[in-house]
Amino acid sequence: MRPIEYVAPTTVEEAVAALVEKGEAARPLAGGTDILVQLRGGRRAVDRIVDVKKIPELNELSYDPQSGLRVGAAVPCHRIYEDDAIAEAYPGLMDAATLIGGIQIQGRASLGGNLCNAAPSGDSIPALIAHNAIAEVAGPGGRRDVPVEDFCTAPGRTVLGPGEFLVAMRMPAPPANFGASYLRFIPRNEMDIAVAGAGASVVMDGDTVTECRVALASVAPTPVFAEEAGAALVGKAPSDEAIAEAAQAARAAAKPISDMRGTAEYRTHLVGVLTTRALRNAIQRAKEA
Amino acid sequence: MTTVEERNYKVIGTRPIRHDGADKVTGRAIYGIDFHLTGELWGKILRSPHAHANIVRIDTSKAEALPGVRAVITGRDLPVAADMEIDDGETSLNTMHLSNNVMAHRKALYRGHAVAAVAADNQHIAEDALALIEVEYEVLPPVLIGRDAMKPDAPLLHPEQTTKTMAYRFDPGTDTGDKSNVAGRTEMRLGDVDEGFKNADVIVEREFTTNWVHQGYIEAQNATVLWNNDDSIQVWNSSQGTFNQRQLMAEILKHPVSKIRITPQEIGGGFGGKIPVYLEVPAAVLSKKSGRPVKMMMTRAEVFEGTGPASGSQMVCKMGATRDGKITAAYAELVFEAGAFPGSAVGAGAQGMFTTYNIENVLIHAYDVVVNKPKSAAYRSPGTPQTCYAAESVVDELAKKLGIDPLEFRIKNAAREGDRRADGVQHPIMGNTECMEALKATDHYKSDLGGPNRGRGVASGYWGNAGMPASCAVSINPDGTVSLAEGSPDIGGSRVSLAMMTAESFGIPAEDVIPSIKDTDSIGYNGLTAGSSTTLRNGVAIAQVAKQAVDLMRARAARLWETDVDNVDFADGVFFSKAESELKLTFKEMAGKLMETGGPISTAASVAPRGAGPSFSTHMVDVEVDPETGKVEVLKYTAAQDVGVAIHPSYVEGQVQGGAAQGIGWALNEEYFYDGDGRMVNSSYLDYRMPTSLDLPDIDAILVQVPNPDHPFGVRGVAEISIVPPLGALANAIEAAVGVRMQELPMAPHKIVKALWDKESESNGAG
Ligand SMILES: Cc1cc2nc3c(=O)[nH]c(=O)nc-3n(C[C@H](O)[C@H](O)[C@H](O)COP(=O)(O)OP(=O)(O)OC[C@H]3O[C@@H](n4cnc5c(N)ncnc54)[C@H](O)[C@@H]3O)c2cc1C
Repeated sequence: MRPIEYVAPTTVEEAVAALVEKGEAARPLAGGTDILVQLRGGRRAVDRIVDVKKIPELNELSYDPQSGLRVGAAVPCHRIYEDDAIAEAYPGLMDAATLIGGIQIQGRASLGGNLCNAAPSGDSIPALIAHNAIAEVAGPGGRRDVPVEDFCTAPGRTVLGPGEFLVAMRMPAPPANFGASYLRFIPRNEMDIAVAGAGASVVMDGDTVTECRVALASVAPTPVFAEEAGAALVGKAPSDEAIAEAAQAARAAAKPISDMRGTAEYRTHLVGVLTTRALRNAIQRAKEA
Repeated sequence: MTTVEERNYKVIGTRPIRHDGADKVTGRAIYGIDFHLTGELWGKILRSPHAHANIVRIDTSKAEALPGVRAVITGRDLPVAADMEIDDGETSLNTMHLSNNVMAHRKALYRGHAVAAVAADNQHIAEDALALIEVEYEVLPPVLIGRDAMKPDAPLLHPEQTTKTMAYRFDPGTDTGDKSNVAGRTEMRLGDVDEGFKNADVIVEREFTTNWVHQGYIEAQNATVLWNNDDSIQVWNSSQGTFNQRQLMAEILKHPVSKIRITPQEIGGGFGGKIPVYLEVPAAVLSKKSGRPVKMMMTRAEVFEGTGPASGSQMVCKMGATRDGKITAAYAELVFEAGAFPGSAVGAGAQGMFTTYNIENVLIHAYDVVVNKPKSAAYRSPGTPQTCYAAESVVDELAKKLGIDPLEFRIKNAAREGDRRADGVQHPIMGNTECMEALKATDHYKSDLGGPNRGRGVASGYWGNAGMPASCAVSINPDGTVSLAEGSPDIGGSRVSLAMMTAESFGIPAEDVIPSIKDTDSIGYNGLTAGSSTTLRNGVAIAQVAKQAVDLMRARAARLWETDVDNVDFADGVFFSKAESELKLTFKEMAGKLMETGGPISTAASVAPRGAGPSFSTHMVDVEVDPETGKVEVLKYTAAQDVGVAIHPSYVEGQVQGGAAQGIGWALNEEYFYDGDGRMVNSSYLDYRMPTSLDLPDIDAILVQVPNPDHPFGVRGVAEISIVPPLGALANAIEAAVGVRMQELPMAPHKIVKALWDKESESNGAG
């Protein structure tokens, strides 16, 4: 049995020091719903767990209609969707936060943990990308910002360097006529890992799409920012043909594998279906906004 | 035959609170893992990472040297078991195979096969010790699919195994002498199928494939075993049949049966999977070697990979019918993957396959084939969900071709009392058509589907149910209550059902019966809590012990009233004198007078009932299929089942709903997903995908009560049949919704989308 040391720093500086000291053998812990499962299953081994929940900044959740949303890296999902103002302003994030795990999991699981776990299937990541989120990173060299679409580099790997960890995620205030949506496909209705997922956001000017972002889950080694899919819609009315074009671009951006959760062919097909549905949903929400 | 209503039961048919309810909802019930002995060690098993390999060498010296390790064993520590047949009641096994399955001797035959075991001061040391055991394997090519294993050039799991054939039910069988993975071949023949197909106007022939599925009980296998200095072995475990497991342990360990005592703890589900022994044997040997009690419990991955799931199958099914809707012939070829050792449930599957119908010409060829997967075990109506899925799919297609409503078509062809099954046996009184008619009368049947891409499917099923022996004892307490000692572990609420039959017999409330489940030294022999037989067989024993006790109490009343015992009668819980009407004593009053009239009364009986009373059931389900994703939403579900007499209707409904839920999982998403090397890659509940509560609709259970004429309380088995119809019903509903016939289970979303694409390209090609 490998003994594990548990430390719970209360400042960002202490946390950085605790991580730096052990290098690869130290790992942050937020809600623990990924890392504890991985440790018990022997899929990860560490000497030190650095619980980041006790750092006040990581538990802050603030929203301002002008400056936007800032989500501390350890804020659990339930706090996000229980806040009506946030739920209304960030509907894509809401979709993701309400479907991660179940109610018990949502009591612990954080968006920060979801992002840093860097699973291709992480449900909040396409939603964060759709909402233009920026990750705020702290480390031995101070602080830096990383757009969420650039954060994950491989399954389970991120841009975080030695001693670095995620402090918060920032999202701009939604402009007028903004809508977003995240949809995933699972064969059951709960407790499953996305076979494929699609997040989308749009800004509308009358019947014209002026901005559009599409991101995908579970169809590549990392979450995919399908820029071409969004670009396909910009400047157009969201007709069936225009949406189909965007969906086609999303399919082209997907590089899925075949495994027990679905064949590559089926996953590519699902990307088209889910992108279409997420876009329709986002457009509908933009019209209602 | 008296109907339930005519029986005027006072207790039977009501819904009292179960006797074990308080302990279970407060978390006080003692399950296997909650039981502890002083000085207990933790045992862990090292399992083969390969699906097929010779074990060349095992070096345990490093593990033995680790501080805190108290014993290490391998297959060599088990007495080489004699190759002899023993009967475990549900499937045929032999001791050598049993022994090899709990601990591999020379060959690892599936991934997860136990090859060594360790007992240590705690779980962590035991785990560390496993990593120190060195096993040298010579990896062999695995064979994973039944049809592949039947090919002449297939790698042989058991190089000496030959095929045994049986031409008909009572045939002793012959041995072909051919070395083969086919362990057994059976034929079932009734009438002349060629003639039957000649008389058919429509014939449908289809191939079907089903995947391996697990029972999915929540409580993992566990056992605590003490091999004492006097060579007595005591076991505390989670068991579906303590007497059977005692026998299995005695055979494998070559130990006297009377020197083994098994005390069943509360059980968290079994569905057939807890009939065999797994951990009990290595824990016993580790205990002997260490001189300490040893506790073991499987992880979920071990449960998936190292216990006994239900066989996968490849089947051909062909049926023919006349224009006016009479089925004239049925043919099937059934290939069942037994797993690493012979003994799949293919025989039972063959027997149940066409049995819902009265068909004059039937031919079934059934093959029991070994493959490099875990040894299959019983799972709720073993073998029959697979075969009825095939049969019910073809029946549905026939009905469609003939333009007859699927339920009407089934009613028209339904087997009735006196008709013959394919194996020649005549049907007794049973409620087959009654179930179909009950479904026809529902609002569900008459309702509109209410939207596009929706479909309704029906399917019927049969399961024979088992008899098996039982022993019970009652003692009359001075306060008028009755203690009931029984020996069948309670999985589905049998304590309360048994208490209710006892209460009915004595004319007292169910709450006045105190049931308890005894160890193998404290009660007479009991069969398995399986085969849907627990309530049935114990009911027979209870009727006997109650009669004996009432007769003894009548004699006491006669003594009090200074009359002849023949003048004393007992009815509705009251002893009364036939001579003088004012002489009366309630059961409770009489119980209070036992000490003064000759002392306490207790009685015991052992029975081995025949006439288990077969089960019939028809299910109806509405689904909606998302044609873009292939996802199936189950909208509405109604199951009608002949339950004989429902002793405690809530628990009978629970059985009906539970089987339907498991069947829905089997039909739609559950499967053992293997990579090319024979490794199961989804051995967790996350990836195995059993349905959650959000995936299931309310399941309406219609209890059709056609009492079993051979049973004192009219009981039939009720627990297993409910998993038989769902697979076919779902396949038929999906076909009705989107027009694709799913010939492979599970009917997972990606397969449905693929089938829709194929259909589209076919119709494009044709157009
Ligand atoms: C039953 C169950 C169901 C689930 N269902 C879903 C689902 O539907 N969808 C889904 O996407 N996920 C699901 N998950 C996975 C998990 O719950 C989510 O990924 C969750 O968001 C992780 O958050 P956490 O706070 O628990 O992370 P943790 O487990 O605490 O951490 C996850 C990883 O991120 C690292 N980490 C955490 N915080 C930081 C930080 N501030 N800086 C740097 N690294 C950090 C950790 O070291 C670890 O590697 C499920 C898990 C379970 C157990």
